[in-house]
Amino acid sequence: MLELRAITAGYDRHAPVVRNASLTLAPGEAVGLLGPSGCGKSTLARVAALLHRPDSGTLLLDGVPVRHWRHRAPRELRTAFGVVFQQPRLSADPRLRLTDLIAEPLRATGRRAEIPQRVAELATTVGLTPDLLGRQPHEVSDGQLQRACLARALVLRPRWLVCDEMTAMLDASTTAALVAVVEEYRATTGAGLLTVGHDRTLLHRWCDRTVPWEAVCGEEPVPAGS
Amino acid sequence: MRFLMPGGRRVAAVADAHFDVAAGECLALIGESGCGKSVLASALLGLLPANAQTAGEARLGGIDLLSAGERTLARRVRGRLIGLIPQSPAAHLTPVRTIRSQLEETVAELTGVRGQAARRAAAEAVADRAAFPLDHLDRYPHQLSGGLAQRAATALALVGDTPLLLADEPTTGLDRDLVDRTVDELRRHIDRPDAANSGGRALLMITHDLAAAERIADRIAVMYAGRIVELADATAFFGSPGPRHPYSRGLLQALPDRAFTPIPGLPPELGDLPDGCAFAARCDRASDTCAALPPMTEDVACHHPLAGHGPEHPRPAAPAPEDIRA
Repeated sequence: MLELRAITAGYDRHAPVVRNASLTLAPGEAVGLLGPSGCGKSTLARVAALLHRPDSGTLLLDGVPVRHWRHRAPRELRTAFGVVFQQPRLSADPRLRLTDLIAEPLRATGRRAEIPQRVAELATTVGLTPDLLGRQPHEVSDGQLQRACLARALVLRPRWLVCDEMTAMLDASTTAALVAVVEEYRATTGAGLLTVGHDRTLLHRWCDRTVPWEAVCGEEPVPAGS
Repeated sequence: MRFLMPGGRRVAAVADAHFDVAAGECLALIGESGCGKSVLASALLGLLPANAQTAGEARLGGIDLLSAGERTLARRVRGRLIGLIPQSPAAHLTPVRTIRSQLEETVAELTGVRGQAARRAAAEAVADRAAFPLDHLDRYPHQLSGGLAQRAATALALVGDTPLLLADEPTTGLDRDLVDRTVDELRRHIDRPDAANSGGRALLMITHDLAAAERIADRIAVMYAGRIVELADATAFFGSPGPRHPYSRGLLQALPDRAFTPIPGLPPELGDLPDGCAFAARCDRASDTCAALPPMTEDVACHHPLAGHGPEHPRPAAPAPEDIRA
């Protein structure tokens, strides 16, 4: 169970982007959060993935409040989350080969021994060929790079997936392929999913339920940058 | 169009592309990312890197764009014959100058309007045509939202009253409402040509957003692995009888409001294309004949084009009964 209660968050204490937002995800549930650009949905997704400390409000993971935030939450909690961002170019280290990109979370958590087997397994799942795995981000297309970013999100077998506009930069076929990978992972592991986006048709097709941004926020949200 | 790579390797980015766009018409060039769409656009503007080789011709207003020299391109083509609406306006606009100053410079350069007051008026007129709010003209690009930056870039492309507008992925990363607005505005610019351009203008839109293409285009060109594999009327393509190339059919069936089934596999590397049909490895109708390169016949390049039957909404993912599986 992932519960966000009365979350207020932003980048300036005097002008929070998200005000008083509440959202609950049951285990194994796929929830789509719909909102226009600039409404603060990406910030809320970052809070839900424990990557951004809220100014106020509580986040409960299986009934236990998340404590000891610094900028982010403690790592042992964060490893339960896999996150995929909108822009693969910005979320991938340009110097790493795709294989190292996928293996990075294993390296960071001291599980190097699992790398060869896990990377090979995931490369097949997301449809990357051995040739592509040896390349750097500038040598592959956006779609191929996002496949690697999804593999990186799955490498620690997270219980929760947070996808922030994962498919916004991609063509229809790659979108359908990546959604199929996420759904297959959820079917085998029972992981929960929070996906954030503005494409109503896609989220209705993909998720168990969709929530409009207005229903999440207690107050009128303040659009970012205005 | 080929690229010479280090070590003598050659990459054929675009091959045998034949198409035309008439005044008052919109042609949408669709295909997966990395299939060569943007290379084609760069070629038309003469913006290819030095290691590129081109063959063939692209005629516009009596000039062959592919063989024209840099001098011709700079003085007569860019901004005057072709207006470019870029993929990411935020990166296209100069970050340290206001929109007004960029528009006025473009007006002075392209139209020969003299005098500060006249330039100012001309810049405001063109901003108005692109539906850019006049009270935002004194802002810098980083102070604009994605939608407004897109309109600012469109205004710059409209200054020269070009007969051809070239839009390279104009809707990537915008939300659905903004996509619809951007696309409708583009359509307005070709439907209602301004007085100065009585012949009307043409729009070549490069996109992977099928919903945007459906909304705006008169005709569709589908590109796969550097080749145009199908040319079709937009109404027939998105409605009935539907696309005829298996790749186009697969693209449409990947949409979330249709079957939502991806095309299996990945597109081939442009540097390592098979001799025959490039799609054969991913095609469920491939047969021995696919080892040869399919010629473009009746606007489709496939040995076994699909007969038209309208892809009505959620069609089953299973192939149609008449399919012959190889």
